[in-house]
Amino acid sequence: MDRAFAIQVSRLTKAYDGHTAVSDLSFEVYAGEIFGLLGPNGAGKSTTLRTLITLLTPTSGTASVLGHDTVREADVVRRLIGYVPQERAIDRFLTGREHLELLGALYHLSKAEAARRIAELLKLVELEEAADRAAKTYSGGMKRKLDIACGLLPDPKILFLDEPTLGLDVQSRLRIWDYVRMLKERGMTIVMTTNYLDEADQLCDRLAIIDGGKIKTLGSPAELKVGLGGDIVSLTLKDQSKIPTLVSALTRHPAMRAVKATPTGLDIRVESPEKALPAILEFANRLDCQLEFIEYHRPRLDDVFIAHTGRSIKDDLPKENVE
Amino acid sequence: MSEYWQEIHALTMRWVRRLSREKFSMLFTLVQPMLFWLIFFGNLFQRAADMQITQAPDYISFLTAGVVVMTVLNNGLAGGVDLLFDKENGFLERLMTTPIHRSSVILSRFIFVMTITSLQVLVIIGVAFLFGVQPATGLLGIATILMIGMLFGVGLTAISMAMAFSVKSHGDFFSVLGFLSRPMIFLSSALVPLAGMPAWMGFLARFNPMTWAIDAVRPLILTGWTEALPHVGMVVVVMVIFDALCLYGSAKVFRRAMG
Repeated sequence: MDRAFAIQVSRLTKAYDGHTAVSDLSFEVYAGEIFGLLGPNGAGKSTTLRTLITLLTPTSGTASVLGHDTVREADVVRRLIGYVPQERAIDRFLTGREHLELLGALYHLSKAEAARRIAELLKLVELEEAADRAAKTYSGGMKRKLDIACGLLPDPKILFLDEPTLGLDVQSRLRIWDYVRMLKERGMTIVMTTNYLDEADQLCDRLAIIDGGKIKTLGSPAELKVGLGGDIVSLTLKDQSKIPTLVSALTRHPAMRAVKATPTGLDIRVESPEKALPAILEFANRLDCQLEFIEYHRPRLDDVFIAHTGRSIKDDLPKENVE
Repeated sequence: MSEYWQEIHALTMRWVRRLSREKFSMLFTLVQPMLFWLIFFGNLFQRAADMQITQAPDYISFLTAGVVVMTVLNNGLAGGVDLLFDKENGFLERLMTTPIHRSSVILSRFIFVMTITSLQVLVIIGVAFLFGVQPATGLLGIATILMIGMLFGVGLTAISMAMAFSVKSHGDFFSVLGFLSRPMIFLSSALVPLAGMPAWMGFLARFNPMTWAIDAVRPLILTGWTEALPHVGMVVVVMVIFDALCLYGSAKVFRRAMG
């Protein structure tokens, strides 16, 4: 993969009336990758994204898009990017085609060029038949598709997606994921925010986990999972008073990387399950700890998230506005 | 320059399209001032109004100038509403990520509001004509009325747009709107001449730019150029100051809101 930088963010801080939304953020996005900003609501993902698309001016620090500063060269940056906002930013009285025609004029396309691109995009997002109906008649999924077509109209080098599948049904989500992958195939760089772990896991080449305005960790989903160090064995004990005994016994064992008590049992991080599992069972037997349940799994993105933020992302998922 | 024009044209046409899709609302906004104020109010007060005080052949011809300027006031103050909706549903943000001149959005709104207002003013003058009101200064007078309307409308629309960008919710916007527009109407010479008002109201009305606009439009309709010209000269001065203040204040808000 081409390792040229598409985006460079350096020590970005943004504060609104005394509240710091993001603080001292630095990261790079490589050209041609799908980069995700993952975090709960209010973590600072949107603020970061909105700074990159020139809507916000950093309090301190800088951001550049394809080498152009988002403040000093905002106009150049705007010509290079496409944006798909989080809200359905749709004028309900205009038809799908009129949305695209309006944007065509705002990107200063000639009539012929705009017409060519609009036809292509309507086909891509399968809105050809609905193109001349007012957007108020569109379903949630159709509005989202129109949003995406609007983001793609300038034929951007980088596409920014803010929570692209928030509140969509499963089928529409999968369809949107397909689009995103296809755009990547075409060489587009994609930056997206999400608070869906599976979306980040499936779609992103690399992602930054953001919480409380700071990047907690950054890497490819696989790297992040490996970085946790080992697979996870979860035990549920019949008698929970035995938990401390088992914890202290296992902690000293060389096959266990980390042992942690949970309300119902233990979470044990292990290097190689072949060595660890027999040892765990042996100890449990010897100490007379009856096991109710054993679960063994490779680390998931959930585990990564919990390890770095100390909580589950589901704790504060917003209510979804399912349409 | 041609890019600038392309932007403004496309954005203005969007407002036109929106209006044409809201046929009921269009009809309502267009008809309301004529029906309510001119036809009902004008005819209702025909005999209650003292012609010694209105100095007009009948109340409806006195009222025409007031209704014209009231229409300018209401359209101007409501001029920012669509931007408020755009701000709330994220459409404005979408526009702001495109490489347009920031002023295009504002200018398109001015052009649209001024055009619609002028058309409405013409309709009002037309309906008044059906009730026997013949503008004393003819077509040139009507052109002058439109000019006064635009001068007043620019400042009002600027205030309204600035408000749309600064309010937290659209409930706030409409409360302020109501709070501004009604006193502006009653504390002006729209319904009663200054001479016929209680002294304190007349005093306050003198500071209302609307009074100046009405006092220039009224002789253009009722009497003729000789009486109208000094008022027209005066209103141009007042409105240039009014607009300068409004534009200066709102430009700051626009710059903060749109970067």
